[in-house]
Amino acid sequence: MAQIEEAADTNVFRALADPTRRALLDALFAANGQTLTDLTAGYGMTRQAVTKHLAILEDANLVATVRRGREKLHYLNPVPIHEISERWISKYDRTRLVALSDLKKALENESDES
Amino acid sequence: MNPDERIVPPDLVYVTYIKTTPARLWQALTSGEDTKRYFFGFRIESEWRVGAHWEFYSDEGVHDEGEVLECDPPRRLKISWRVVALEDARDLSPAFITYEIEPAGKAVKLTMTQHQPTPIQRKYAEGGAQGWPMILSSLKSLLETGHALDISMEAPQ
Repeated sequence: MAQIEEAADTNVFRALADPTRRALLDALFAANGQTLTDLTAGYGMTRQAVTKHLAILEDANLVATVRRGREKLHYLNPVPIHEISERWISKYDRTRLVALSDLKKALENESDES
Repeated sequence: MNPDERIVPPDLVYVTYIKTTPARLWQALTSGEDTKRYFFGFRIESEWRVGAHWEFYSDEGVHDEGEVLECDPPRRLKISWRVVALEDARDLSPAFITYEIEPAGKAVKLTMTQHQPTPIQRKYAEGGAQGWPMILSSLKSLLETGHALDISMEAPQ
């Protein structure tokens, strides 16, 4: 059981280790439910390269796909990331982490404006 | 960004793999004894047939309700969903939630899809996008370990 869990986590970290794959997740966060053609348009990459990256993201369960006619739509699936964070972050820590993260955002926006 | 600005939220498709059986997962989605442990303490209740009413309730009354649109245990459940406990959400058109359960090796794949065809306040769109992963993780934990997770987010007030 624990080994299956470990393998799933390892897939998530491997998938996230690549900047192109993180950019694909960012693209889905900005606009969910995109086709391969939509996702290829934004990058200087071949369809084959994007397909390969999407397959790795799908294996890690970070991208969920839905068939619509002949098209396959890609959706960001943050559930595995949430499951990993549950492992190390308790309910009470999370409130503090959210506060710290908000502070960081506020201060960084301030310095952008100045 | 204005939290009350109305937007049509993108569809959500959330997937989790749970080491359980389709029948047990179906029960966890449709029984109040289970939902109160992983879904903000709310109990679900319905006769679970097409056309039946369903509701999520607590001691404070009904929080959410809707209609059963498709019911094929233990494979597929589609319901319409209205949040009735919130004054500024009562007039919104319902969202549509679909649960699909598929065997996947020794586990079960649960796909939750949310489709909201009409504009809703940005705060509710974001609350749903953030809340569902917590709820699904908590459901997974309940079925795999017998313990739900502490959800740090409050149910929408």
